[in-house]
Amino acid sequence: MRGVAAELAFERIFQSAPRERAALDAWRAFAERGLPTTRDEDWRFTPLAALEALDFAEPDGGEIPADALATARARVGDARRTAGALHAPFGAVLEAKLAPFSALNAALAERGAAIDVSADCERSVPFHLVRWLGGGAQLASPRARVTVRAGARATVIEHFVGAPDARSLSNSATDLVLERGAELHYVQLQELPETAFHVSSLASRQAGDSRLHMTSLALGARLSRVQIAATLEGEGAELELDGLYLGRGAQHPDHHTTIDHAAPHTTSRELFKGILDGRAHGVFHGRVHVRPGAQKIDAAQTNRALLLSDGAVIDSKPQLEIYADDVKCSHGASIGQLDPDALFYLRARGLDLAQARALLTTAFAREVLERLPVAALRESLERTLHDWLAPRSAR
Amino acid sequence: MADALLEIRDLHVRVGDKPILRGVDLVVCAGEVHAVMGPNGSGKSTLANVLAGREGYEVTRGTVRFRGADLLALAPEERARAGVFLAFQYPVEIPGVGNSYFMKASVNAVRAARGLTQLDAIDFLGLVKQKAKELEMDEKFLSRSVNEGFSGGEKKRNEILQMSLLEPALAVLDETDSGLDIDALRIVADGVNRLRSPERAILAITHYQRLLEYLVPDRTHVLIGGRIAKSGDRGLALELEKRGYAWIEAEAR
Amino acid sequence: MTTDLTALTEREYQAGFTTAVESDTVPPGLDEGVIALISSKKHEPEWLLEWRLRAFRRWREMREEDARWAKVSFPPIDYQAISYYSAPKAKKKLESLDEVDPEIRATFEKLGIPLSEQKLLAGVAVDAVFDSVSVATTFRAKLAELGIVFSSFSDAVQSHPELVRRYLGSVVPYSDNFFATLNSAVFTDGSFVYVPKGVRCPMELSTYFRINEAKTGQFERTLIVADEGAYVSYLEGCTAPMRDENQLHAAVVELVALGDATIKYSTVQNWYPGDKEGRGGIYNFVTKRGACRGPRSKISWTQVETGSAITWKYPSCILQGDDSVGEFYSVAVTNHYQQADTGTKMIHIGRNTKSTIVSKGIAAGHGQQTYRGRVEINQKAAGARNFSQCDSLLLGDRCGAHTFPYLEAKNASAQVEHEATTSKISDDQLFYCRQRGLSNEDAVNLIVNGFCKDVFRELPMEFAVEAQKLLAVTLEGAVG
Repeated sequence: MRGVAAELAFERIFQSAPRERAALDAWRAFAERGLPTTRDEDWRFTPLAALEALDFAEPDGGEIPADALATARARVGDARRTAGALHAPFGAVLEAKLAPFSALNAALAERGAAIDVSADCERSVPFHLVRWLGGGAQLASPRARVTVRAGARATVIEHFVGAPDARSLSNSATDLVLERGAELHYVQLQELPETAFHVSSLASRQAGDSRLHMTSLALGARLSRVQIAATLEGEGAELELDGLYLGRGAQHPDHHTTIDHAAPHTTSRELFKGILDGRAHGVFHGRVHVRPGAQKIDAAQTNRALLLSDGAVIDSKPQLEIYADDVKCSHGASIGQLDPDALFYLRARGLDLAQARALLTTAFAREVLERLPVAALRESLERTLHDWLAPRSAR
Repeated sequence: MADALLEIRDLHVRVGDKPILRGVDLVVCAGEVHAVMGPNGSGKSTLANVLAGREGYEVTRGTVRFRGADLLALAPEERARAGVFLAFQYPVEIPGVGNSYFMKASVNAVRAARGLTQLDAIDFLGLVKQKAKELEMDEKFLSRSVNEGFSGGEKKRNEILQMSLLEPALAVLDETDSGLDIDALRIVADGVNRLRSPERAILAITHYQRLLEYLVPDRTHVLIGGRIAKSGDRGLALELEKRGYAWIEAEAR
Repeated sequence: MTTDLTALTEREYQAGFTTAVESDTVPPGLDEGVIALISSKKHEPEWLLEWRLRAFRRWREMREEDARWAKVSFPPIDYQAISYYSAPKAKKKLESLDEVDPEIRATFEKLGIPLSEQKLLAGVAVDAVFDSVSVATTFRAKLAELGIVFSSFSDAVQSHPELVRRYLGSVVPYSDNFFATLNSAVFTDGSFVYVPKGVRCPMELSTYFRINEAKTGQFERTLIVADEGAYVSYLEGCTAPMRDENQLHAAVVELVALGDATIKYSTVQNWYPGDKEGRGGIYNFVTKRGACRGPRSKISWTQVETGSAITWKYPSCILQGDDSVGEFYSVAVTNHYQQADTGTKMIHIGRNTKSTIVSKGIAAGHGQQTYRGRVEINQKAAGARNFSQCDSLLLGDRCGAHTFPYLEAKNASAQVEHEATTSKISDDQLFYCRQRGLSNEDAVNLIVNGFCKDVFRELPMEFAVEAQKLLAVTLEGAVG
């Protein structure tokens, strides 16, 4: 650690309570490295200066206000609201790729949510986990583990909301475990206030013939960093990884994804879309790794970003690392604006420029939204996007 | 049977765990045109691919002799050089490889195996242009990449162009008529007919009999369930056109 | 490991070549005295010596580890074990081609290199009929008429010191990176080209013309300046296997294109790649960069990289002038234990600047192949466009292909598109070719050449034909 204010605050929080052995180890792992700097290749484009300066406090344990809860619930519609309790130590694999924030989470999280779905469990409604981030500058360390047993199916929505103007940090960790033939839709919906910080470490492990559809929706927060380490461990496993990030003002949405094809005959499809306005700075790093001997791999990755203003910046870094020959891997990345021909076409049909822009921008994002598993969520997010675009369209 | 060009005996072929051909017997003599018809999934394309030596087809029983020698022992290019030509059902695109360049390499590889002199670029160009003209093919297809961006019909014509250049002893046409309009069908059939000679044979695999109107076969065979269920003359093809395959399936049972 | 490397560094590339006793070689090691010696041997002006010394002082503070971010691995290099100056080496001439290693001769045959050139390349005494120097002299007279300067770097320092001083280090500063900084301190020779305003250089300029005159060294430095409206096409290297006793190569190439000027730079790199078990071979750490200084200027890099044990190079374009254009076309092949980490940087600064990247990587055997690229659109670069296509082809299951593009856009009117694919050679294509009578090996060559077509067509004609053959030779035996 370099001894910046935030690190000292973390240490104080850590020492304020008796900790389990595993938490101690995790703390050591964090303390050894401390908060990353832009000298660290994985953090080159995501400076943490604003976060470092904050003197974080322990979460106040305050309940989510009723109106905020109602709003959050309205988003998702009919859902199951409870989950089992997950007690420390969690025993989850600490992915080096997700360090050091995953270590900090493991050191400080006291308990978390456990969702364990077996094949005989009839689940037509999604699980809805609401994560509340309190005001001021608090540190929250939510943790969740979702286990989908052999042949079972589930939908889980992890939903981050917070008190207006909070400068708090939500440092979450989520493990997704899919047994043979399991099917899981996991959606992370992050709509924290644009003053807050969000770091999410997501690790998934998939056994043979399982199917995982993961979606990260990064709409809020001043700085958000979603790091995903997905491992396809069994033959026939399939992964769909989607993302949508919005940025305006000085927002900084950052996604770091690693897809590890550790077994033959595995498939991955990755689709990320970003819309950046104002002085927002978007970051996308997507790594696809095919291990030696992992033949018959089909992996496709796409990242498309729309820059709406000259102050907006996008850093896009796809990476393919292939160590097997019988593979079909591709990635496509594009940075651009709305298609002028399409804009013209719409205007020729009578729409004004603002309408045409809003329509095309929504269409750009829709490719991700329409793949969401919950109808209520799809609809409410389209409205959110429309509102997000409204002030710009009015110009 | 001194002049039997192709002799298939009790041919059993498996793809993966699935048996496709289950005892095919077929003898094609020089100078003859044979049609193999049959419903989808009867094993027609498998037969074509096995004759050309594509990987993934496992011969579990039976023999295929070409000019008296074991055809199955040969690598694909050795079969081509020996005079077996397959007009593909779905010709593959090879980006960046000029069509004319490719055909010259192919012709010279086959000529070398036959002890003939190599054609130089100028001789070859003259030859290929003449053949393309016969097939009413635009010369621009010679300078494009192999099959790249060709329509279905253009690809088929390109196959027949290659056949006319290589002058094979046995031409296997795998659904060459599919995807062709009536004019293209006539042009392609004329191309095949030009190749007919007492030394050569043609095995036309087809789903419909319309190609056979132009390419009058000496024998027609019906492949059902991996076996030749019925053989006859041209009349059989016409009858199939009218009545479909069900009656033969019933007869075969 | 260090000792091994030293042995390799001093080892001769192939049996059959012998080095004559050298009379004028400084002992291994590098200090300011050695640099002063190099500079004085070349009768360099004071400013150039100072420039070299600044580079050297900077280099001492740099660490080689910082240059090890590329996906290549090699044992530590002992920089003090290298001799940084030797007078032009008088090679013992071989009496006839019969003395040349048969394997090299076989390669010459496959490449279809004329007998007279084979002798030249292999270091056999050339008879009077073929006199490359006189050919070069004829060319030089013609160039001089047009005011084009084409000479060795050392000559240019003497004859055109003002031009050298103005442009040296203006694209690749002496402090750029570990290897470029080392080069700046110790470079021995290279090429210099200046094409005056409005002049179109009427022939391809090739290092080949000066092959006998100044031996390309371990630390080569090339500077090409195209003044306003000028055009020049420059060819580097040749397709024949190049022999060299030095394992480490750290060259620097700087290009400057002023307004409306065009520079086309083509490379065929076929240094010794090491043997089939990965022993020996050249380490090629090259810094190549071009600056499009003026409006509508254009710099186009084309490279075919088949040689070297390690290739580390990123020919780049700094697009400063409005409407300037940068291009990078690359074929890189790694077989056996070769490693290549290559790509480009396109830095868009001016308005309406355009760049195109086409990279084709082929990995066979245990070869490792990495494309590493960076496209940067600066805030002022309104209307900037980039298109990148990076494809990798894998032949065999022990090789690797990696793609690390990095795209950064800071202007809302920028359009950046990147597409990449990695796949193995198609079974359907192979079968189709074999059904038409081509052998497996010929079919592979045909398909691989087709895969590289977009790059080969950027090469000057005679180079393109040779490059195709070279590819076939490099991939020999890659597909069983």
